[in-house]
Amino acid sequence: MYPSRFAYEAPTSLAEAIAILDRSGGEAKILAGGQSLVPMLKLRFAAPGTLVDINNIPGLGEHWLDKDGTLHIGALVRHEDLEYSTVIADSHPTLAAAAELVADPIVRTRGTFVGSVCHADPQGDWAATMVASGGQIIAQGPNGRRAIDVREFVLGPFTNALAYNEIAVEAVIPPATGTAKGGYLKLERRVGDFATASVAVNLDMHGDTVHRAGCALAGVGGRTIDANDAINGALKGKTLTPENIEAAADAVAAMAEPRSDHRGSADYKRHIVKTFVSRILSNIAHSEQKAA
Amino acid sequence: MTSLYNEVAADPGADTPTRRVSITVNGEQRTVDIEPRLLLAHLLRQGLGLTGTHTGCDTTNCGACTVLFDGRPIKSCTMLAVQADGHDVETVEGMATASELHPVQEGFKECHGLQCGFCTPGMMLASKALLERNPNPTEDDVRWALSGNLCRCTGYQNIVKSVLWAAEKMRAENGEEA
Repeated sequence: MYPSRFAYEAPTSLAEAIAILDRSGGEAKILAGGQSLVPMLKLRFAAPGTLVDINNIPGLGEHWLDKDGTLHIGALVRHEDLEYSTVIADSHPTLAAAAELVADPIVRTRGTFVGSVCHADPQGDWAATMVASGGQIIAQGPNGRRAIDVREFVLGPFTNALAYNEIAVEAVIPPATGTAKGGYLKLERRVGDFATASVAVNLDMHGDTVHRAGCALAGVGGRTIDANDAINGALKGKTLTPENIEAAADAVAAMAEPRSDHRGSADYKRHIVKTFVSRILSNIAHSEQKAA
Repeated sequence: MTSLYNEVAADPGADTPTRRVSITVNGEQRTVDIEPRLLLAHLLRQGLGLTGTHTGCDTTNCGACTVLFDGRPIKSCTMLAVQADGHDVETVEGMATASELHPVQEGFKECHGLQCGFCTPGMMLASKALLERNPNPTEDDVRWALSGNLCRCTGYQNIVKSVLWAAEKMRAENGEEA
C-alpha cells in the first residue's frame, strides 16, 4: 500500500512550518508521530498535497510541570515519554494510567500525545483523558497563539478545531486544587486493537471529599463522550462510599452511546463502562483508606 | 510494491520530485534519492537489499518490520524513509558481528524461539531495545515489551524464554550476578 504523491517539507522552525501551512491554503497536513496519519495515507483515506514534517523543529519534545502544577506537553512528546515519565504520576494520575495502554509498545515510541488528540479518533485514549482532566490545546498560527478547551477542540470523528494554518503546539492540563486522583481502564481484545470501551476518571480531592470529578469515555460512541457533568453531579462534595460510587457509575454508564458490533453488544459495553467507573473509584477509595 | 519501488527509485521520471537523504544503516552511511512517499521498510528491503526486515501486515499491527530508529523500536512500514534523514537505523543484519551472534539471537537459537521465522527479526530488535532499557526483565516485562509484535507459530512461550536467556547472558557478560 502506498500513499499518493505529496510534496514533503521538513521545516526547522514553527514560523517556517506555519508559513508553509498558510501558503498551502488547506492542502497541507502536519506529520508528527505519523502512527495514525501514515496508515491513513497508505489507505488513501488522506491525500494531502503537502506533508509538513515537524519532527525537526526543536523545543517541542518536552513535557513539564510549571510552578502552579500545570502540565505542559509539547507537540513531539511521544506516548512512551509519558509512559516512562517521572513527572506525571502524582500530579496527573489519569494520564499516567493511560500512557501504557495507548496502542502497543512499538507504536508508543513514535506516536505523539498532541497528535492523538488532533486525530480526534472516537476511540482515542488521550482525548478522553484530556476531556476528563479539563485540558486545553494551544494552537499557533500566523496571528499568534490561542488556547482551545479540548471539548471545543475535538469536534467530531477525525475533526478538530484547528484552522488550516495553525499547529497544535502544546497540550495544557491543569493541576488539582487539592490531591489529584484518577485512573484509566480500557478493554481491548488484544494489545493495539481498537477499544471495546475505555473510561477516564479524574478526581480533585479535598481530604476525603470530592471537590471536582471528571470523566470521559472512548469507544462507546461516535465521538469522545464527555461525562463530566454526570460524574460531578453524582460525586461533588461527597465521599467515595460504595453507594456514591454506584450512583456515579450508573450516571456515567447512562451517557454511553455504544453500538453492538463484533466487539460486543451495546448492553455489554455499557456494563463495561459501569464496571470500569466503579473499579477506578473503588481503587481510589481503597488507596485513601490505606493512606489514612 | 517492488515495482513501485523500482518505479520510484530507479526511474522516477523527470516530473517526480525526489529528495536526497543520508541515513546511517547498521553503522554505514547510505545516501539515496527517493520519492517522499517511499516507506522506510521498502527502502531497507528493495533499495538497500536488507531483506531481513520483513513486511507482514503493512498496517502497523504485526511488528514484523520493526527496526531500531536512534535505538528505539519503530514499525518501519509506518515511517516515511525521508524521515530517517540524518538518523541511525539498525536492522537485524546489524545485530551480529562477523564472528559472533548478538546474545538475543543466540537466545532465540538456544531456546527454539522461532518456527517459521517471519516475525523473528522484529521480535529480536524489540527485545534488544527492551534489554537496553531493562537488563533484568521479568517474564511479564518481556511479554509487555513484545505485545506489539505478533507471532502466529510459537504461542510466544519460547520467544519469552529466549529473551530471558539473553538477558541472563548479557548480565553475566556485564559482570553482574545473574
